[in-house]
Amino acid sequence: MTTSAVHPPEQRLESAHPAWPDDTGHFGVFGGRFVPEALVAALDDLTAAFEAMRVDPAFVEEFAALQRDYTGRPSPVTEVSRFAEHCGGARVLLKREDLNHTGSHKINNVLGQALLTRRIGKQRVIAETGAGQHGVATATAAALMGLSCTVYMGEEDTRRQALNVARMRLLGAEVIPVTTGSRTLKDAINEAFRDWVTNVETTNYVFGTVAGPHPFPLMVREFQRVIGDEARAQVLEREGRLPDAVLACVGGGSNAIGVFTAFVPDEGVRLVGLEAAGDGVETGRHAATITGGSPGVLHGARSYLLQDDNGQTVESHSISAGLDYPGVGPEHSYLHDIGRAEYRPVTDAEAMEAFALLSRTEGIIPAIESAHALAGAMRLGRELGPDALLLVNLSGRGDKDVETASRWFGLGDRTEVDPGPGMDTDQQPTEGAVTAGDAVPGQDAGSQS
Amino acid sequence: MSALEDRIGAARAEGRAALVAYLPVGHPTVEDSIAAMTAAVEGGADVVEIGVPYSDPGMDGPVIQQAVDVAVRAGVGMRDVLRAVEAVAAAGAVPVVMSYWNPIERYGVERFATDLAAAGGAGAITPDLIPDEAGPWLAASDAAGLDRVFLVAPSSIDARLRATAEACRGFVYAASTMGVTGTRATVGDAAERLVARTRAVTDKPVCVGLGVSDGDQAAEVGRFADGVIVGSAYVRELLEGRGPEGVRALSAQLAEGVRRRSTVSP
Ligand SMILES: Cc1ncc(COP(=O)(O)O)c(C=O)c1O
Repeated sequence: MTTSAVHPPEQRLESAHPAWPDDTGHFGVFGGRFVPEALVAALDDLTAAFEAMRVDPAFVEEFAALQRDYTGRPSPVTEVSRFAEHCGGARVLLKREDLNHTGSHKINNVLGQALLTRRIGKQRVIAETGAGQHGVATATAAALMGLSCTVYMGEEDTRRQALNVARMRLLGAEVIPVTTGSRTLKDAINEAFRDWVTNVETTNYVFGTVAGPHPFPLMVREFQRVIGDEARAQVLEREGRLPDAVLACVGGGSNAIGVFTAFVPDEGVRLVGLEAAGDGVETGRHAATITGGSPGVLHGARSYLLQDDNGQTVESHSISAGLDYPGVGPEHSYLHDIGRAEYRPVTDAEAMEAFALLSRTEGIIPAIESAHALAGAMRLGRELGPDALLLVNLSGRGDKDVETASRWFGLGDRTEVDPGPGMDTDQQPTEGAVTAGDAVPGQDAGSQS
Repeated sequence: MSALEDRIGAARAEGRAALVAYLPVGHPTVEDSIAAMTAAVEGGADVVEIGVPYSDPGMDGPVIQQAVDVAVRAGVGMRDVLRAVEAVAAAGAVPVVMSYWNPIERYGVERFATDLAAAGGAGAITPDLIPDEAGPWLAASDAAGLDRVFLVAPSSIDARLRATAEACRGFVYAASTMGVTGTRATVGDAAERLVARTRAVTDKPVCVGLGVSDGDQAAEVGRFADGVIVGSAYVRELLEGRGPEGVRALSAQLAEGVRRRSTVSP
């Protein structure tokens, strides 16, 4: 199936802005501010500073220069035809956020918020991090702009992503392992908010995704939308048409909103978010917030979340630290409810299969987070069939995941790697998923170390 | 009209501040937490803030986090909270529920209001709900005749102080320091300044929380506030194994503090 005819290759002169959120940060019934009063003044100041800054030509220029000269934007679009042989004959284009300085899309947002921090005259930034990519990006920006930096990271994640802990410390940041609750991203966010409410006069909270109280979902979207703005123009230029679908993994949802936003007005383009299904949504051990959750309030906003009957947040599970979060940004809840985007679950095993496949067929080792989007493309490609054109946001690279992946595939101590039958990807049939058993020996050695 | 305002007014008529004790339901067990609340009342608490356990208590420091974590793991829910409300009312104090917003939203806002009123609760304190987002709760608490308490903070600008106080019924909760719950060596003058600023925009009672732990601090705060709210210090009695006796003794000490006549303004 192809829908190219419905996408006239016109280039919009100005990037379209969604009609949401409203002035108080609501996306329909989602979003808003569910915070202690003590933080309202800081959130108001941040909102005002952001609104002033985004129309200030000096800022716009400084931000653009940083993105170009420091991050390395625009990131390229790469066609991956050997990988696409496993996607039902669909053509697959990757938006290469993995090639950004620091290795993921997180730097896009952080540079914007670091400039904002300087503008409001604060000297210290704090951040939460799951996979460590947002922490590394924040530590990087802090080093660049001479700010002091504290990063909260769940103790469980400091183990899963030890490389990134070392990177943050080398960059001069203080990393505080969080030992409360599930010891993952959710608890790191709680600790960061506690720090912020205590030190708000001197400290800015550089939030890492499109969740949290207003203005974070709006602000982070605006700093991340460069991904989709670039990609839309790049695809139009090389293909003369828009893609049939745009796919991205969804943790809090910043890389997905970043790539979706430019395409929201293009009604013929399917927007597909891939949530981490862990062991499978039906097992209860997952992080598929929209697929398996319900509306409620967490971390300052109303959105879908994983909760029990008492309104307690339920612990999430995913091999991917960056997706291991029981909440999701409010704009995703809204896009889901209005039917503009669809959200699908991808299990650990499916993601790791795609991880191996992209590595072996294209020489690109993806972040495990991004591998969820690749797995979504493998499935959607088979559904849409030949001629479909898929754009996948490759949100990050897999250096940080080498240890987790080695353990998953049982490559641990071997000097000579025998990929086994399932890893000989050129031989894979195009139809039918490679089973977990084929591709992923040792999956029991997955996420929990 | 307002059970909280009446009780705080009665204390004021005695020339003293009211003593407000916070304890979470379900720590160490539901029964033991109810026994502790009863002991707090016997020791002299006028009002008991009955804490609803929540998995992500972003405004709480380590002491309350630790206690609440126990209750969350045990699956303590609103039904247990309502039992505690009945017990506190029977003990003779005014019960007010203190809850982060999601447990109330999950239970159902109208259902919560109806059930709380039926159990004899005065109303609820909602630390992460600002009036801007409180539409359904304002309506439900009006319909059920419940008090509703929102927080003001040192960082609140005057317009927000005014709007927040306007939305409150029962009292205005002055969160005296920027930060999370926990005992502090000194209360500091931020509390007194915040109370003065709040009084400039409202006639409603103003109670001070965050940081008070002993009789001397209670006396100090009681000099300028209508009520003294104590949380972590009570919870610590239970965490350190002193049980209801420890809670009763702490209440007695704090109740003496708020009654030090020499320091009370008429
Ligand atoms: C490479 C990568 N992709 C995706 C995510 C998930 O975040 P979000 O959903 O906000 O893009 C992370 C988070 O750490 C990440 O490191």
